[in-house]
Amino acid sequence: MATYLEFIQQNEERDGVRFSWNVWPSSRLEATRMVVPLACLLTPLKERLDLPPVQYEPVLCSRPTCKAVLNPLCQVDYRAKLWACNFCFQRNQFPPAYAGISEVNQPAELMPQFSTIEYIVQRGPQTPLIFLYVVDTCLEEEDLQALKESLQMSLSLLPPDALVGLITFGRMVQVHELSCEGISKSYVFRGTKDLAAKQIQDMLGLSRPAVPMQQGRPLQTPEQPVISSRFLQPVHKIDMNLTDLLGELQRDPWPVTQGKRPLRSTGVALSIAVGLLEGTFPNTGARIMLFTGGPPTQGPGMVVGDELKTPIRSWHDIEKDNARFMKKATKHYETLANRSAANGHCIDIYACALDQTGLLEMKCCANLTGGHMVMGDSFNTSLFKQTFQRVFSKGYNGEFRMAFGANLDVKTSRELKIAGAIGPCISLNAKGPCVSENELGIGGTSQWKICSLDPSTTLAIYFEVVNQHNAPIPQGGRGAVQFVTQYQHSSTQRRIRVTTIARNWADAQTQLQHIEAAFDQEAAAVLMARLGVYRAESEEGPDVLRWLDRQLIRLCQKFGQYNKDDPNSFRLSESFSLYPQFIFHLRRSPFLQVFNNSPDESSYYRHHFARQDLTQSLIMIQPILYAYSFHGPPEPVLLDSSSILPDRILLMDTFFQIVIYLGETIAQWQKAGYQDMPEYENFKHLLQAPLDDAQEILQTRFPMPRYIHTEHGGSQARFLLSKVNPSQTHNNLYAWGQESGAPILTDDVSLQVFMDHLKKLAVSSAS
Amino acid sequence: MSVNQQAHTGPPYGQPQPGYQGYQQPAYGGQSLPGVPQSQYGAYNGPMPGYQQPVPPQGSLRAPPTSGAPPPASGASHPSGHLAYSPFEHGDVQNGIPASAAPMQRPPASQPFLPGSAPTPVSQISTFQQYGPPPASVQQLRNHMAGMTIGSTAASAPPPAGLGYGVGPSSYPPTTGAPRPPAMPGPPLTGQTVAGPPSSQPNHVSSPPPPSSMAGLHPGTPMSGLHGPPPPTHPPQPGYQMQQNGSFGQMRGPQPNYGGAYPGAPNYGSPPGPPPPPKRLDPDSIPSPIQVIEDDRNNRGSEPFVTGVRGQVPPLVTTNFLVKDQGNASPRYIRCTSYNIPCTSDMAKQSQVPLAAVIKPLATLPPEETLPYLVDHGESGPVRCNRCKAYMCPFMQFIEGGRRFQCCFCSCVTEVPPHYFQHLDHTGKRVDFYDRPELSLGSYEFLATVDYCKNNKFPSPPAFIFMIDVSYNAVKSGLVRLICEELKSLLDYLPREGNMEESAIRVGFVTYNKVLHFYNVKSSLAQPQMMVVSDVADMFVPLLDGFLVNVNESRTVIASLLDQIPEMFADTRETETVFAPVIQAGLEALKAAECAGKLFIFHTSLPIAEAPGKLKNRDDRKLINTDKEKTLFQPQTSFYNNLAKDCVAQGCCVDLFLFPNQYLDVATLGVVPYQTGGSIYKYAYFQLETDQYRFLNDLRRDVQKEVGFDAVMRVRTSTGIRATDFFGAFYMSNTTDVEMAGLDCDKTITVEFKHDDKLSEDSGALLQCALLYTSCAGQRRLRIHNLSLNCCTQLADLYRNCETDTLINYLAKYAYRGVLNSPVKTVRDALINQCAQILACYRKNCASPSSAGQLILPECMKLLPVYLNCVLKSDVLQPGPEVTTDDRAYIRQLVTSMDVAETNVFFYPRLLPLTKADVDSDSLPAAIRNSEERLSKGDIYLLENGLNVFVWVGVSVQQGLIQNLFGVSSFSQISNALSTLPVLENPFSKKVRSIVDMIQGQRSRYMKLIIVKQEDKLEMLFKHFLVEDKSLSGGASYVDFLCHMHKEIRQLLS
Repeated sequence: MATYLEFIQQNEERDGVRFSWNVWPSSRLEATRMVVPLACLLTPLKERLDLPPVQYEPVLCSRPTCKAVLNPLCQVDYRAKLWACNFCFQRNQFPPAYAGISEVNQPAELMPQFSTIEYIVQRGPQTPLIFLYVVDTCLEEEDLQALKESLQMSLSLLPPDALVGLITFGRMVQVHELSCEGISKSYVFRGTKDLAAKQIQDMLGLSRPAVPMQQGRPLQTPEQPVISSRFLQPVHKIDMNLTDLLGELQRDPWPVTQGKRPLRSTGVALSIAVGLLEGTFPNTGARIMLFTGGPPTQGPGMVVGDELKTPIRSWHDIEKDNARFMKKATKHYETLANRSAANGHCIDIYACALDQTGLLEMKCCANLTGGHMVMGDSFNTSLFKQTFQRVFSKGYNGEFRMAFGANLDVKTSRELKIAGAIGPCISLNAKGPCVSENELGIGGTSQWKICSLDPSTTLAIYFEVVNQHNAPIPQGGRGAVQFVTQYQHSSTQRRIRVTTIARNWADAQTQLQHIEAAFDQEAAAVLMARLGVYRAESEEGPDVLRWLDRQLIRLCQKFGQYNKDDPNSFRLSESFSLYPQFIFHLRRSPFLQVFNNSPDESSYYRHHFARQDLTQSLIMIQPILYAYSFHGPPEPVLLDSSSILPDRILLMDTFFQIVIYLGETIAQWQKAGYQDMPEYENFKHLLQAPLDDAQEILQTRFPMPRYIHTEHGGSQARFLLSKVNPSQTHNNLYAWGQESGAPILTDDVSLQVFMDHLKKLAVSSAS
Repeated sequence: MSVNQQAHTGPPYGQPQPGYQGYQQPAYGGQSLPGVPQSQYGAYNGPMPGYQQPVPPQGSLRAPPTSGAPPPASGASHPSGHLAYSPFEHGDVQNGIPASAAPMQRPPASQPFLPGSAPTPVSQISTFQQYGPPPASVQQLRNHMAGMTIGSTAASAPPPAGLGYGVGPSSYPPTTGAPRPPAMPGPPLTGQTVAGPPSSQPNHVSSPPPPSSMAGLHPGTPMSGLHGPPPPTHPPQPGYQMQQNGSFGQMRGPQPNYGGAYPGAPNYGSPPGPPPPPKRLDPDSIPSPIQVIEDDRNNRGSEPFVTGVRGQVPPLVTTNFLVKDQGNASPRYIRCTSYNIPCTSDMAKQSQVPLAAVIKPLATLPPEETLPYLVDHGESGPVRCNRCKAYMCPFMQFIEGGRRFQCCFCSCVTEVPPHYFQHLDHTGKRVDFYDRPELSLGSYEFLATVDYCKNNKFPSPPAFIFMIDVSYNAVKSGLVRLICEELKSLLDYLPREGNMEESAIRVGFVTYNKVLHFYNVKSSLAQPQMMVVSDVADMFVPLLDGFLVNVNESRTVIASLLDQIPEMFADTRETETVFAPVIQAGLEALKAAECAGKLFIFHTSLPIAEAPGKLKNRDDRKLINTDKEKTLFQPQTSFYNNLAKDCVAQGCCVDLFLFPNQYLDVATLGVVPYQTGGSIYKYAYFQLETDQYRFLNDLRRDVQKEVGFDAVMRVRTSTGIRATDFFGAFYMSNTTDVEMAGLDCDKTITVEFKHDDKLSEDSGALLQCALLYTSCAGQRRLRIHNLSLNCCTQLADLYRNCETDTLINYLAKYAYRGVLNSPVKTVRDALINQCAQILACYRKNCASPSSAGQLILPECMKLLPVYLNCVLKSDVLQPGPEVTTDDRAYIRQLVTSMDVAETNVFFYPRLLPLTKADVDSDSLPAAIRNSEERLSKGDIYLLENGLNVFVWVGVSVQQGLIQNLFGVSSFSQISNALSTLPVLENPFSKKVRSIVDMIQGQRSRYMKLIIVKQEDKLEMLFKHFLVEDKSLSGGASYVDFLCHMHKEIRQLLS
């Protein structure tokens, strides 16, 4: 199987694609019996150091319903200068530019190693990137100061020709005009009133007069930028002005009486931001960056009233249908998100507050537009500061790690249809022959829009095998999928990345072992998890868990080897061996469990889960635990309570948190100050090692994880204890008092118990 | 005065009655004697005879002239007593003269009087006779002038037909009432004896009927007559003045005579037809406002008016006098239509004299008079009656050794609070009487306690918000720049309280076109910040901190803002404006700042931009004289009424400066300023060069003037009468409290009283006007004005203590309000009818019996007809073709908050012959009557009515004068585009400019200066203000109107 692992890895590196199954069952019926759907995780902009973009337009299949891009899988008749589309079998003439084509003189897109290729196309006007800051001023002085500094700093990180704009809000919403000299000017809106895009544009003076100008006058292209530039100016021009303006920002001056929350008009502010961009720069790459320090408390999109005595909704309230504002607010933000997404603008949410800020209601803004969601305790923390800075980080080639307005088009060969996608995208409602009627995730389309993406943005795309059982595919037949991603590069170029992959078909009845061997359990776990999380957004938690359990049992029944009703005989092949464990941790994860999480936190976790690539997703599902001790080099250990030993330092990475946990003995040593004694320098090094490793993770992770340094018995140790498999609890006596780990005070089942039940159910003849 | 006319009755004005002429007869003076034009008379004469009868004596005195007489008749006539009055006479004669004449002649000076002169000119003729001299005189003595009578007379009598006379024309009656003339002053009337007539009425003038006559006759005679005459006769006599008054009236004396003579009367009616050439009532013989004003000035201007006595009629508003407060409020604060109130409502109804007080609670006092003292009663607040809550005042009666006091309004007995106790002296007065303003003065202020404040919180200092239209028109005309420049210096002159170092008032700035721009001018900012609110549909204030600032602290930021505003909008192309949101914005700002304040809105156009309160152009001149005319005065939408209500609740007063180039619906835009106690200023077709000075002066004054905020006024009265109706710029949420968001020193409220019970002659009637307001420093105060009036059971007392100017103020406001609800015609008729009833009641109950044809006016109301006519002819009630709908709405609102002095000059403009000015003294030249006849081609005149100043230049003015005044060499070079007089270094120029300045200083608004050249186009405009003449829009001339009134009165009497 090593070969399959390599194959999978190779494919991932080259194409950014991981399929749940790398050999495909050749009939619909068989496919459904596989339990885990045929699906893939696609990272459209996976960084490819070795992929120089080509400077020409892709060649498209001429069939209007197909328009697939010429790729290495196509059959080419070099003499006739014809190529056959491998999706629709249309024969196409090469364009004139390809006249010199021959077996030895092939364009890149025909070479097998270019199964992924990127084209740079010259199309349409290049518009600079746009960054619109939407800043909450109802912050504590310190927070505001920190935020202002971060924003000022960010100006230096932006591309110099990028346009920036500033909207501030509190009780009112102010849209700052950046172009004027002298007097600083802003347009102010009441925070309680929702305005249609048209109204906003009228009020901002952005709508052009009905009869703008005589036809006779030369087309005034300059006119347009002039109008919009009042609010959006190139960074290099207004750098100083804006820095001053930010510097002068004051806390919202309206008095907040005791017992009240400040009035915060987040809903209107966002609405105006969306309306502003919608009117001025539709269909161009733009980021609306919302910085908020608390929940919206008035106007459309309010999440909680301003009375402090009414707390913000909790899961409990939501279950009891007791969250007054939630539905309305959610609807408001959804509308905004959809509008924004339709125009290719993304919305980032940077929410820093100790209490909830309404991410639950606002999540769709980030989710549907591909924007970032960052949650922190304060703007005055490195978590926020560094995360924010990392938004503008640059990739290996000095380019921003962000792209805009992507349009993902998926094409499949006939035996496959597209069931849907899950990720930071919206449907473009492109119906076509390859769209399945069954939807998984966002379905009913073969195209999605991803307003903003970075090299790690990953979508789960689900397929359905539609080949009928009685129409077998010839031996050696391959199914193909082409992903065409058009996007605006951070350099403002339009680019198209095309990835074409093919997999073998196999008859599940006769070649099940091939299919089984080609199972990618990691991808499968993540893909199933995405489905589960996607369902959890709309269904009750227990239902989702039940569904997940059911799927797991069915999978085990299908692929396990066992004797009926004999749990002990149950075995899973290596390619499935880790899968149940992933599902076990997934069930306990905050993506599906809301207990102990606020609705905001759940939204936050789910947001990130739905867009990270496979590796990060797996970390989220099953955190990584490393152990450091004098017994040997650092090693990964089981995420299990038995790994918590007194003489170990543990480093846990849950993606959202990095926890360094000093075992009891280690902690005592540290308190005793051994690390400061020259003779115990090795101890010092031991202490330092996990810190260095953590630092490494912190360097690259986006968003910055919460960094927790704790020790045995420390209050923060709960982060670790809640994650590990509770193999020892106060309930299981056999472990009690042993030196093999730390008991966890929980009633949750442990992995062992879970597996026992799983085996029992899998082998049961009753089901 | 009464005019006796004879018959006129019948004939309405217009008709000229032949008879008239006849009139002459008597002329007093007889002077006419001479041959004068008899012709006219002639007719008369005939009749005369009849008349004459009696009197003979004096009447004739000198003048016997009466022209009538000329020939034959005249002679006869004289005798009659009629006083002659012949109408005709044009001239100047006033009847009054006669008297004088008799005595001495009156001085010509003033007027024409000439009567005496009569001789000369023939023209005159007849006329005056005095009839009644005799009696009259008597009276006169008594009252001074009480009434006059104009005997018109004659005419009727006339033989010819009585008819003729009757007919309109003749009647002129001019006035003359000579009788009394003599009265006071000097001339003793000799002749007259007492006629015994009743005192009450003084003079009757018999007025000849028909005015129309004028035309006819005059011509010839006219003026000239006047002039001429003087010579001889009258030398200036002191008496003169009096006479004038008297003049008209023929005295009653006549009456008696009349009677006899009269018989003719009947005729009147009949003759209507009157073909005859009209004759005209001699304008000089009818009551002259100028004369009345002069007389009052001479009689009462010299001594201070001491307010200690109950029911004292103050001097006229045109008289300069000092007031000494000895327990009643100064007439500068309160004036009443009558200082003697009928005891019962029946009497009041019968007389139809409206009982009203014109109150100007924060009136500015001349420097020699002391401001009301501020009394602080400490935490417990002012001492008040337990029942009616009247405030402690000089009329409260302390009893039981000072332990209690009895309320002078409701008679309830209240304990004196311990801290306020004081012993009484032997007269029952508190020992501290003179130490406490509230016990010894008519006007004073209390410091209010927290109970008198909104929400039980002491108010914050008020704020001024300047809201500037920056649409295309405003920018282009240079207005925006002008305002900004001006504000820079003006802000240092915000009203201050007492001797405070700096004003407590905070200021804020807003500019707007279709959207609003607020400015943050916080002192800590390096640059102002502009905040644009485009959501005009739902106005709000975008900032709290930094919008309203202290001028000194934010000086540099404000200066920078004011510098930048004109630049920022220099190339605006926005032509649409909003309006209601602007007010809302100011209102919200004040709400947010929790203070009262004033908005200064500078606005240029009809607000047609999409926003609340958006208006459409609904100007439609076709509605004039239809039942729908009233809609022109009504707001197009009730939106502004509601807005006004909100503003009042917050103490947000709105002052509106309008710069329209076309219709902008003042009727609607003015609703909020009006109801919040604000002012409207309108500069049509504003042009920087010509109008800036006027605008800036208005603005300065408006910003600097003393003002109170968040005011509530209540008028308490003695049991028996009750304040029932209120006129002015304010809002009322209930029936008793007048609420004003702002009240400045010029705003006046007219309050009407009605009986709800009987009053007693002993205790009189008391008024207490209490105004609760926030001073410009944010101090809550109560200003109290007390006034005691007499009560009477005799109508005569009522008529003797009336104040015509005040009455006109009331009537004008009443009528101007009426046009909102009734067709203008109805309003006019009602007005005429009411006045006719007033005069008829007098005639019936107070005047001594006399012929029905005699018009007899009470002395105090002898100007009522002329003033009333001015009201009726005013633009609101009878618009000329050049008067726009906006002008009418503007004037309507303006008049509604005018005080008596303003209405007086507004309706009867002041006309001064500049060329007669004495360059060496600082006095004004004597005013002349508002009639074209009085203008001479060779002179330059100044006319002012409180809104405009005209300088009229006759075609044949000496070149030297033109050079001196205008700096050009000829008449034709005078530019009528001048908005100020050139500053030239010569005595005449200086004098004229100082006159203009002096006049400007007397008015609350800076008047627009208009140079009018005789026979120039603009002259039409000017003539509009010659209110004694017939107006182009159909307004009657004084004479015609007088005749009409007479007719009405007679109808009522018959």
